[in-house]
Amino acid sequence: MGKTLYDKIWDNHLIRTEPDGTSLIYIDRQLIHEVTSPQAFEGLRLAGRKPWRSKANLAVADHNVPTKNRDLGITDPVSRLQVATLEKNCAEFDIPVFSMDDARQGIVHVVGPEIGFTQPGTTMVCGDSHTSTHGALGALAFGVGTSEVEHVLATQCLWMKKAKNMLVSVEGQVGEGVTAKDIVLAIIGKIGTAGGTGYTIEFAGSAIRALSVEGRMTVCNMAIEAGARSGLVAVDDTTLQYLHGRPLTPKGELWEQAIENWRQLHSDTDAQFDRVVELDASQIKPQVTWGTSPEMVVPVDGTVPDPAQEKDPVKRKSLERALEYMALRPGMPIQSIQLDKVFIGSCTNSRIEDLRAAAAVIKGRKIASTIKLAMVVPGSGQVKQQAEAEGLDRIFVEAGFEWRDPGCSMCLAMNADRLEPGERCASTSNRNFEGRQGFGGRTHLVSPAMAVAAAISGHFVDVRNF
Amino acid sequence: MQPFERITSQVIPLDRANVDTDAIIPKQFLKSIRRTGFGPFLFDEWRYFDRGEPDMDCSNRQVNPDFVLNKPEFKDGQILLTRENFGCGSSREHAPWALSDYGIRVIIAPSFADIFYNNCFKNGLLPVVLSAEEIDTLFEEVGPGYQLTVDLKNQTITKPDGTQYHFEIDSSRKERLIEGLDDIALTLKFADEIRRFEDRYRQRMPWLFSEPASL
Ligand code: SF4
Repeated sequence: MGKTLYDKIWDNHLIRTEPDGTSLIYIDRQLIHEVTSPQAFEGLRLAGRKPWRSKANLAVADHNVPTKNRDLGITDPVSRLQVATLEKNCAEFDIPVFSMDDARQGIVHVVGPEIGFTQPGTTMVCGDSHTSTHGALGALAFGVGTSEVEHVLATQCLWMKKAKNMLVSVEGQVGEGVTAKDIVLAIIGKIGTAGGTGYTIEFAGSAIRALSVEGRMTVCNMAIEAGARSGLVAVDDTTLQYLHGRPLTPKGELWEQAIENWRQLHSDTDAQFDRVVELDASQIKPQVTWGTSPEMVVPVDGTVPDPAQEKDPVKRKSLERALEYMALRPGMPIQSIQLDKVFIGSCTNSRIEDLRAAAAVIKGRKIASTIKLAMVVPGSGQVKQQAEAEGLDRIFVEAGFEWRDPGCSMCLAMNADRLEPGERCASTSNRNFEGRQGFGGRTHLVSPAMAVAAAISGHFVDVRNF
Repeated sequence: MQPFERITSQVIPLDRANVDTDAIIPKQFLKSIRRTGFGPFLFDEWRYFDRGEPDMDCSNRQVNPDFVLNKPEFKDGQILLTRENFGCGSSREHAPWALSDYGIRVIIAPSFADIFYNNCFKNGLLPVVLSAEEIDTLFEEVGPGYQLTVDLKNQTITKPDGTQYHFEIDSSRKERLIEGLDDIALTLKFADEIRRFEDRYRQRMPWLFSEPASL
């Protein structure tokens, strides 16, 4: 029987399996950031251990860093200590780190692929659930907790149980104005936030193959929002073109050797999946979440659902609670929802392609006077430089957006960028949980093009007729 | 890590589905560089009316009297009963740290998010999966004074009326939890095997080991 892409990568990294199926898996790469690592390094120190292979790791501070006036340093002393602790730990354990003033600094999941640290066929972890992003390059990448960060540092391995295989196939062509973000939100709307629990999802079909690597990253990024620890896309020419010439990708002889191996990284035609989900790309419209879970999502021409229609009492309760938190009424058209803030950024949608798509919509227009703050936070220093070279920063600033320095920013509001209680935001990030973007804040997840269209109008609009 | 065997305790009912890790411990507390001290901030946004900040003194805060942890009859429980997909969202191990720092030892739910489920075992917390019907029954029966006995060795939960539910758990996870073992020390017993694997692997995938001079 044929193997799935997941089976292939798993088998390649399998060291041993215990009788109950728990397996010791070799980990090729680890990304580290300041929030989930201090206790792991402390654990190493207390036990007198050294990293197994220091250079298999790469660290960068992203969650806590300020996105403006960076030359003044971090004013919050608690955040400052956490970022300083990362640098100190990396120096002590000889781990490469991009400091806050390094031009390559940015969100871990944007930095990894862009410098070529992420490579096909590898196993890759980070103390961060959105590590699934890297699956866009055919890497088996997943988030781990801090104890496992320490475990990988000390042993270059992890104990795990093999997940089941799920295939999500999106066939056909999406319409104009429909993006990778809309595809993945539609998938989550269909299978639910726990639909992928216990599975590794391979995203396939002509609509996925037609996406750039950046678009595939947006899709894999949100695999975790569908419950799956990892999302994968098979390697193809698009992947190889993306990888070619990046600072850390192999060169010369090694490149030839690597691509020969990488070309095998796809599911065999007779591979069996435990679950298959199919979507018709032509039916996907721009999506907007209305509630406090990414599965609470509807097309932009839809309305806020009515909990009274839900038969399951547990689900009904959570719909009611979400409506109350979001201060919305059943039956309201999505396009009547007025916004206070707009955030373009996060590891879901802060790459150059996202900024280009947003700039194309906003060019020559201005944000609505009712919008209190609209900001663009590039995913990395390189994205920022590239965007500035293309003049995108001018387009945003002229329209009334703030142009910031790279980091996680208002995706989770650990730094100064956050919503105030009751404020409503169109956000290109990945989570709309209660309080995610600030205590009492209300988040609607959308694509970059939809977010800027909403910024111009002051409320949601269908970017397809914009 | 505290070894786990058997616990009899009051059950705390948290009747919500999809409880995410942002709800379990909000992000402002993630700035800590320690593993302890998160208990007072467990479920912070539901437990208090004001916004919590790291290291603040919680004794003067505005408490939400309707939230279950603020009810005297439930607050000392060590067993949390909840709904599906508990622990979804971020990978933060601060969530199990906060639960165990508060005193929770067992979480019973119809399903858990994968990363959270994994993280529990590293911290002496036992996540128990029961069927949706069993969970419904427990929610109907639970109240002040309602105690369950969770026996990890026999994989059973005993109700006050003596009836038992069985639960499944991997044998290696069970063993580690019962003995409170250090995972890394256990893995390093296989160090030679890992090294042999690594040598073979390096020959097949040399490009993954060519260390860049530029970094
Ligand atoms: S951008 Fe948001 S989701 Fe991505 S790593 Fe940062 S905080 Fe996490």
